[in-house]
Amino acid sequence: MEAASLSEVDAQASLDIDRTDRRVELLLGALASTILLLIVGMIVFVFLKALPSFTHNGLAWFGWGGSVDEQLMNIFNSPADPSDYVYHLRAFPLLYATALITGVSVVISIVFSALSGIFIVEFAPNRLRRTIEPVVKLLAAVPSVIYGLIGILVVVPWVADHLISEGRKESVAYVIQLDGTSILVGIFILTIMICPIMIAIIVDALRAVPEKWVEGAAALGVNRWRAMRTVSLRAIRPAIVAALVLATARALGEAIMLSMVAGSVGFSPNPLDGFTFLLEPARPLASTIVDNAEGLSVAPFGQTMYAFAAILLISSFFLSFAGWAARKSFSRYTLGAR
Amino acid sequence: MELKEEQSQNGSASAGSVPPLRRIVVESETVPIRVGDYAGPPDPNYGREPWQMAAGNDAEPVWIEERMRTEDLSIAYGDKRAVKDVSIEVNSGEVLALIGPSGCGKTTLLRSLNRLVELTPAAKRTGRIILDNQSVDEFDVTQLRSRVGMLFQQPNPFPMSIFDNVAYGLRERGSKKPRRKQLEPIVVDALERAGLWDEVSSNLNHPALALSGGQQQRLCIARSLAVSPEVLLLDEPCSALDPISTSIIEDTIVELKSEVAIVIVTHNLQQAARIGDRVAFMYLGDMVEQGAAGQVFGAPREERTQEYVGGGFG
Amino acid sequence: MSVDVRTAAPGPRPGPKRDSRPPSRGHGSPAPIRHETGWSIGDRIGLVAAWCCGISLCVVAAAIVLFMAAKGLQFLHLDMLTSSPQASLDQSQTGGFLDPLEGTLLLTIIGIVIAVPVGVAIAVWLTEYGRPSGLARLVESGVEIVAGTPSIVLAIFGLLVFQQSFMGFLSFTAEGGAVFGRSFIVAGIMMALIALPLVIGSTREALNTIPRHVREASYALGKDKASTIRRVLLPSARSGIATGATLGMGRICGDTAIVVILLGASMQTTPESGPFGLLRGTGSTLTSYVYNNSPAGEGNAPEKAYAAAFVLLIIVILLNFVVGLIGKRNKPQWN
Repeated sequence: MEAASLSEVDAQASLDIDRTDRRVELLLGALASTILLLIVGMIVFVFLKALPSFTHNGLAWFGWGGSVDEQLMNIFNSPADPSDYVYHLRAFPLLYATALITGVSVVISIVFSALSGIFIVEFAPNRLRRTIEPVVKLLAAVPSVIYGLIGILVVVPWVADHLISEGRKESVAYVIQLDGTSILVGIFILTIMICPIMIAIIVDALRAVPEKWVEGAAALGVNRWRAMRTVSLRAIRPAIVAALVLATARALGEAIMLSMVAGSVGFSPNPLDGFTFLLEPARPLASTIVDNAEGLSVAPFGQTMYAFAAILLISSFFLSFAGWAARKSFSRYTLGAR
Repeated sequence: MELKEEQSQNGSASAGSVPPLRRIVVESETVPIRVGDYAGPPDPNYGREPWQMAAGNDAEPVWIEERMRTEDLSIAYGDKRAVKDVSIEVNSGEVLALIGPSGCGKTTLLRSLNRLVELTPAAKRTGRIILDNQSVDEFDVTQLRSRVGMLFQQPNPFPMSIFDNVAYGLRERGSKKPRRKQLEPIVVDALERAGLWDEVSSNLNHPALALSGGQQQRLCIARSLAVSPEVLLLDEPCSALDPISTSIIEDTIVELKSEVAIVIVTHNLQQAARIGDRVAFMYLGDMVEQGAAGQVFGAPREERTQEYVGGGFG
Repeated sequence: MSVDVRTAAPGPRPGPKRDSRPPSRGHGSPAPIRHETGWSIGDRIGLVAAWCCGISLCVVAAAIVLFMAAKGLQFLHLDMLTSSPQASLDQSQTGGFLDPLEGTLLLTIIGIVIAVPVGVAIAVWLTEYGRPSGLARLVESGVEIVAGTPSIVLAIFGLLVFQQSFMGFLSFTAEGGAVFGRSFIVAGIMMALIALPLVIGSTREALNTIPRHVREASYALGKDKASTIRRVLLPSARSGIATGATLGMGRICGDTAIVVILLGASMQTTPESGPFGLLRGTGSTLTSYVYNNSPAGEGNAPEKAYAAAFVLLIIVILLNFVVGLIGKRNKPQWN
């Protein structure tokens, strides 16, 4: 038989190439889609597992009433018969602790990080700048258990010795024991933990502000601080939002460190106690899960833990979405800027 | 206004005669002049008396008053001297054009007038700069810069609305923040003087970065004018713009010169001839020649000036 | 008074009419607001605040680093790195942390071995293919969501999945059919999940830096997309992949929540019987060792905790240093 013509050979070759390309593309695409499957699976499974806890308590799940730790103990001690499972829970103290610790830490650290970022980029002497930048990047990578260790071995005893007098202890002894593990230490160390990430993002963003805007502000007779505040900080708003989202996500999910230093009691610190309010312990959702990890095999207890995880999941979704929406709204004024 | 170029006759180039100059012909609506033919009094003391009058096109007197001067100013970046012993005056009522090839120190000289050159780490300055009989080192640099404004080559409006851009210099100094009602008349006035008001009056909250290049540059002019500077420094403001925007901005400059002393650095010799009243030619950091525009273009004293103006190098 | 009459270049609009007085600043414009000095009170406060924050940042950073170094050097003995932890009431008998060290190493290896191929594949798909674009955007968001999920949530999700009976082969199944669901391989898989976004991010960045003409040159030579990727693009993206892998390793080393939930709380590395016993076994890592020896855990040996924390910190510093080195050394020059 006559050999196939050259163009037929070529056509066949390119068809083969197309086919392998197509196959590779499909393979890789399927692999990428497994991420989506994973997330959907995670949401579905966690919520399914959590459902009984929510349905048995209704909206009161988010409310308060009684001691959370007692309620958890009761759930753990449920009788073996599924129809007798105890689900009663009023999770407000845990939600309150999460919101309080996360919120205050994030607010303090965004202010601190913005000011530190401005210092590093604009006002720091050169040698100091060259030293502090790598150190900040390093601090961002330090494991949370090390922060927790320093917290529980250094800061907590210091607080117990210097800030908690006998009188103070007496004043709240009927409700709670003050032993140094407190929201004060928790917020303090959490702030230190999340600042390095924020500072790194802010410093990179400040450096990327176009020189021409900085020069333009200087040429108008605006001093360095004002120029930084009104032009640079404004220009890096998307980066600030990104830093906020990242830091809040880290703060929300911080389980180990807070379990070590903020106390292992599901207590709601009472602002009406004045300064003592800061010295009272609390335990956010993530720490509650970690502290109670051994009981996961008991059905209703495990389901309650998954309910906490479900709340954390919703919060982190909401956070990502809020960040995306905020960054969209900032793009209006930077049309064609770069 | 039309601009025509003529090449002079090439033929009679005998030894020692003036090399062929490119004649820059400016025709106006009223009086055509040939800059090359005008060899007015080559007076080195031009422009000293406060009430020496130069005429506008309807022979209105315009005041000329010294605003700034430099005395033996030298600026060096490390070992390289960018500006060598330059003494120059900047007067209100006229436009001073700094011309010269790239890298000759014009921009450095300009940026030293508002001490912006200090933003470059290695810069050293010797000599004096005087603003209204006061050395510029004697008062706060932010105050200097609000009295001596600057426009850059690339328009650099801030990522804010038009109103916020123009009001920026007014808002960001001092502790009391002026209210919008107080700022509005100043902003509107500045936009009018910059020639931008007609185009943006419909929406002052429009993002400034959505404007065209020429509009952005005029916005920057308005922004500088809003703080009422005494001197305005322009660093090749039209080099990034199209010809129509360029001519609008040149008209604006000519209108402004009676209120504000204007110094413009430009590569474009035609532009310098169009709008310059006094011209200073710099070459490799030296101030080679300065004088009336007509004299520098028409009958330059120095050979280097002749060569440059004639297009011999650039 | 000599009059020099010159015709200046006129504009289309006539100049403003003036009387013979020196010019005022603008006709009819309001009086300018002259400011007193360059720095208002608010500005000074801001400046002081910036300095305070900057200095306290330096102080806190120095304090953490120096404190950990001091305590670590004080308590670290070389034999701790080589002896296994023992349960004992007497502190001098509790041994070192060899097993936790092994555990950290093992988990890191498992995590990276899974995360790098998967991460590179996904990154390649996102940058080189990415069709349909809706799917690509979804996958991008998905990766971001995984990056933002707290590791504790990932940990108990892992427990949920791996305690199903069909996953029993990955860990230990007790009598009565209850799947333990905790083992090195299980923890390693979840560790891979937390390292994945870092690998994907770095690889994508590296791939995006490669200019288009490199790909076009390869296609023009008749190579198909797959081999272009394999032979041309991936080797050039090596440093990006390495950066992502090292960042991921750092994250894996430092994570405690997944270890506490998914590794089973045995002090020493305890392999299971049967094939792949080590992978199916349980153990501990440096992080769980530190946690357990601190006052928060059962043990009360702060010295051991400091020593182990110091070693952990050294590992993390080294990994960070390596990331910096990779970045500096392998900057590919495209011209």
